[in-house]
Amino acid sequence: MARFGILIGFFLLMGVFAVVLDRMGSGEYNPRDIPTEFIGRAAPQINVPDLYEPNTIVKTSDMQGQVWLFNVWGTWCPECWREHEYLMHLKTQGIPIVGLNWRDDRSEAQSMLSRMGNPFVKIGFDPDSSVAMDWGVYGAPETFLIDADGKVVAKHAGGITPAVWQQKFQKYFTPVAANGQQL
Amino acid sequence: MIKFRSLLCLLLLSVSLTTQAKIESREFADAQMEDDYQALVAELRCLVCQNQNLADSNAELAQDMRAKVYKMLNEGKSKTEIADFMVTRYGDFVLYRPPVKSSTFLLWFGPFIFLLLAGIFVVSFIRRQSVSEKSVVDQQLQKKAHSLLDDE
Repeated sequence: MARFGILIGFFLLMGVFAVVLDRMGSGEYNPRDIPTEFIGRAAPQINVPDLYEPNTIVKTSDMQGQVWLFNVWGTWCPECWREHEYLMHLKTQGIPIVGLNWRDDRSEAQSMLSRMGNPFVKIGFDPDSSVAMDWGVYGAPETFLIDADGKVVAKHAGGITPAVWQQKFQKYFTPVAANGQQL
Repeated sequence: MIKFRSLLCLLLLSVSLTTQAKIESREFADAQMEDDYQALVAELRCLVCQNQNLADSNAELAQDMRAKVYKMLNEGKSKTEIADFMVTRYGDFVLYRPPVKSSTFLLWFGPFIFLLLAGIFVVSFIRRQSVSEKSVVDQQLQKKAHSLLDDE
């Protein structure tokens, strides 16, 4: 009888391992992912100079009343290059994205955007992680979604893909085409 | 050959020098502040590394977090204020010793629970083993006793 119990325990453990491995394989569970502390909280301040205009300060309050994305990127980050095209696509859909150029070189960042297009409405320049730390960012790319009340409602660590967009972000936007008409 | 070796030595030496140089030297107003700084960078986790604290890591985010700790100490912030600052942003994960609460219960006591279960298993296993052995011995003794008795 005890033998039987051990066997059942063994298969239970194996089942748990199989489920975790399967979910890791399908990308639902990332063991290195750090759960964000910000869902439901007021979005932190940005408050750093603009990438293009060092005399202009990019602020969280600039976006008040809109649903918007906050995307942390750098030219040193390969995944940011990969997601860039999709961010350009989101721009054509009328999605406002504020960028945070993190730990980067001003001129390199500007030249990447002039080559690949600029999907952002504003870009904060954060060479010493001061904004990144305030938002609890630990890697790039990371994308936050902030609602019209200024609350963080969603976050994704890693590149934005069509699947991620549909799963995590799309439902917060009423579909509006670039020409302002409802889709 | 000798030239190659000395070159190799030089190369290895320069490697260790550059890694040394990456941990910043900081100046502290007093010994207390330095102690607090060392305690904090030992206690806070480097988020982008596997199992390294801020003090051990050369990762860029870790460098910036060390700089932030230093800056906040200079602004007169206390150790708990600085730890809280990091926890509100990065969660309990940033601490090497997360507080005991319902969400961290398994983390703290899981190993002891497993140890206890394993202990119970081992004890019951040994008990059962010795019981069955004893009964075998008993049977042999009984047989012997019977045969002795029968002889008489």
